[in-house]
Amino acid sequence: MSLKTGYSDDVTRGFLTWSIIWGLVAVLVGVFISFQLVFPQLNFPPYLTYGRLRPIHTNAAIFGWGIGSFMAMFYYITQRLTKVPIWSPGLARFQLWLFNLVIILAAVSLAMGYTQSKEYAELEWPIDILVVILWVIFAVNIFMTIMKRKEEQMYVSLWYIIATLVGVAVLYLVNNASIPVSLFKSYSAYAGANDANVQWWYGHNAVAMVLTTPPLAIFYYFLPKITGVPIYSHRMGIIAFWSLIFMYLWTGAHHLLWTPVPDWVQTLAMGFSIILIAPSWASVFNGYFSMNGQWHQMRDNYLVKFLIFGITFYGLQTIQGPSQAIRTFSAFIHYTDWVPGHVHMGALGWVSLVLFAGIYYLIPRLYNTELHSVKLANAHFWMATVGQLIYSISMWVAGVQQATMLHATNADGSLHYTFMETLAEMYPYWHMRAGGGVIYLVSLLIFIYNIIKTIRSGSAVGETLRATGAA
Amino acid sequence: MFDLLEKKPVILLLLAAVVIMIGTTVTMIAPFKWINDPSQKIVGVKPYTPLQLEGRDLYIREGCNNCHTQTIRPLVADVARYAPGSTDGYSKVGEFVYDQPHLWGSRRTGPDLARIGGKYPDAWHYKHMEDPRSMVPKSNMPGYGFMKQPLDISLTERKMKALGFPYTPEELDAVRGKTEMDAMVAYLQKLGNDIPWRKAAADAPLVGNLTNPFAENVAAAAETGKVLFQQNCVQCHGVDLKGGIGPDLKTSALSEGDLFSKIFQGKGGMPAFGDTLGKEKVWKLVSYISSRKGLK
Ligand code: HEC
Ligand code: HEC
Ligand code: HEM
Ligand code: HEM
Repeated sequence: MSLKTGYSDDVTRGFLTWSIIWGLVAVLVGVFISFQLVFPQLNFPPYLTYGRLRPIHTNAAIFGWGIGSFMAMFYYITQRLTKVPIWSPGLARFQLWLFNLVIILAAVSLAMGYTQSKEYAELEWPIDILVVILWVIFAVNIFMTIMKRKEEQMYVSLWYIIATLVGVAVLYLVNNASIPVSLFKSYSAYAGANDANVQWWYGHNAVAMVLTTPPLAIFYYFLPKITGVPIYSHRMGIIAFWSLIFMYLWTGAHHLLWTPVPDWVQTLAMGFSIILIAPSWASVFNGYFSMNGQWHQMRDNYLVKFLIFGITFYGLQTIQGPSQAIRTFSAFIHYTDWVPGHVHMGALGWVSLVLFAGIYYLIPRLYNTELHSVKLANAHFWMATVGQLIYSISMWVAGVQQATMLHATNADGSLHYTFMETLAEMYPYWHMRAGGGVIYLVSLLIFIYNIIKTIRSGSAVGETLRATGAA
Repeated sequence: MFDLLEKKPVILLLLAAVVIMIGTTVTMIAPFKWINDPSQKIVGVKPYTPLQLEGRDLYIREGCNNCHTQTIRPLVADVARYAPGSTDGYSKVGEFVYDQPHLWGSRRTGPDLARIGGKYPDAWHYKHMEDPRSMVPKSNMPGYGFMKQPLDISLTERKMKALGFPYTPEELDAVRGKTEMDAMVAYLQKLGNDIPWRKAAADAPLVGNLTNPFAENVAAAAETGKVLFQQNCVQCHGVDLKGGIGPDLKTSALSEGDLFSKIFQGKGGMPAFGDTLGKEKVWKLVSYISSRKGLK
């Protein structure tokens, strides 16, 4: 615990270190599987084939990099907003080790081929149980801290944190229900179209409760900290919050348009997806309006760039998403490269940019020092943005082209192109995507170098009495 | 009211949970009442045999669902491509009642596999699984040669019991001594092969005029036909038409009309090309085959 502030930050330091490591792993694997799609010789069976590596990529990215950073920042933010130290620093430290254990087990077991096969819920049941324990520890610790708070009013970030804690718990438990056969093998508790419907109720709300509410909590906390001006409208924040968490849960079946899932479920999903633009953009506007009179900071303050580009990609993402949820458009782009284009604008643009801003803000403060190089941070920013745009734009074009070819018919009703003729056209785009990925990877290495230099130049000890008992 | 909430974390937590549960109840819990209703049962669809189930588990282990979907949408192009020869060959709820988990997938890096059963002979799958590019040169599918290793059958019976699938001792015995590849091919050959309309579609005779529209100008048609043949047929009939997985075509006794029907509709391990190539291209292929007949 810090003598100066009374807060317990070593667990935030620990989570940040590890989330960056897992983020690097995720991007390395992402780049590698991008190359596998162009050079299939890069598949090294049995452990390193595309089919086994893709889930390692998504799990490392969402759970290792995403959730790891959220845990770090939630602990930091909650203490500041409640003005009390973490309820139990010991539990938090245990949580860090359990978290790393889970991610390592996840990577190893997925490479071995132990998987439940449902997207973002691949991990087999023994690891699921560890995840549940991990989450309960986290939720209880954060919530108890909130209960003991000294600041009566809860700032908007705390509501998003609370919603995340409940939301993830419900989703994870329901979708992972399974019938174990052995320690390494289980079958889903649901069958066929039911299983699909439960899966995408989960899958889309993983987007809501992992890739939307936590980065929003972080955005709402750091934007005022970094710009020095308060959030534009508290009221708009409230309305956006309740309508967002209400609407998201209706939309899962937009991943299942035109499948055997009942039509009315699909139609509801389509409708709610479209009105979801409103609460999503309320947050975007809240960000933009907070910048009134402060736009010069986009030039002067590198952290503002990360946040404002981040929320802008979030805005684009939440226009593109609803359009994909419309039946006619879905008929066209579903199953094509368009979707990875959508995914990575959110993952690389929105989620990662906001996390980078948070980490750049925190590391100098957690180690009592200054950032090693703002120049490098700017280089990181531009390369990451360019890499991401190359990725997303090449995939949108690829998706539209393949969709057009797949749907083209001749006068007699027969198809104009065979599947392989459409696939052959994808290679140039897949090369581009791999190139964009490499640029992003280099930007990430610059970031990591900058962070390491910063940490080396400072010290956590100055402020904190480390290790046993002293605190 | 909101101001109050912001000071009461327990109420906020409970209310958030309630709000989340509304959409959940309507769109996730309620549909259990309608989905997989007995009225949607399809008679031909049976639970997996032990060998097929092992194959399905290998499909899951290898993450084939990261590149392949298993749902055909009721769209013209989807049906023509993945359920050729039918108009209503798209996926129905009843097909999936034994699928725990479902394997619909979200990305078609490769083609849909919901109707792959019976499309190719076993021999094609063995070669393709081992080295996809030997059959389809531009493929980016990984090779799975290592799956020639023996199948682990220690859990087979437990798996059948866990899922409540019926099985006979003979069926259980049939997994003995098999390789992983055997199980995988058995599973692939089952996919979509138990849906009644499909057989009907394949058996219906072609109607209409079955004479070669290029009879006047066979040489030119045969030129294009040759290119088409190289793209679509050599993997099974060989560059020289002398056969391999499919029969020698130089010695085929079929008339031009029968050649056309065979290529258009497929049958017994010969895939149907009518929906993917169209009549004109198929006639060009017929012209090419006719022009090579009897030649060495
Ligand atoms: C990297 C993505 C990828 C993975 C992983 C993958 N495939 Fe494929 N698959 C393809 C592509 C692309 C094609 C089309 C070209 C070809 O036939 O090789 C294909 C074709 C097929 C076909 C022929 C389909 C047809 O209608 O012609 C079958 C059968 C198949 N794959 C089975 C599998 C199985 C079984 C696995 C898992 C062990 C698997 N695939 C894993 C990409 C993949
Ligand atoms: C997946 C392998 C495969 C491919 C690809 C394939 N065939 Fe076949 N073909 C077969 C098999 C197997 C048979 C034998 C079918 C049977 O048992 O009736 C056959 C039979 C035939 C016959 C009938 C021969 C006879 O005398 O009965 C013709 C004609 C033919 N194929 C033409 C083609 C053409 C033209 C193409 C390309 C457009 C093609 N095939 C592509 C496997 C294939
Ligand atoms: C530059 C770095 C990255 C590269 C090159 C990359 C590459 C890829 C590739 C090739 C795929 C498979 C696409 C397909 O199925 O066709 C994929 C899927 C995915 N990636 Fe990444 N990735 C990167 C970073 C990230 C990050 C940081 C995240 C999350 C925070 C992420 C989340 C995902 C998700 C969720 C999917 C599944 C998408 C879907 O199912 O449509 N990726 N990625
Ligand atoms: C209003 C908000 C949004 C809506 C309505 C929406 C809608 C959609 C739709 C319809 C799909 C399915 C595309 C298809 O397969 O055809 C999709 C996929 C996806 N979206 Fe969004 N989206 C939204 C925001 C976001 C955000 C902010 C992220 C954050 C990264 C995101 C991440 C993803 C991911 C990861 C997938 C791929 C799932 C998979 O197939 O595995 N989405 N989205």
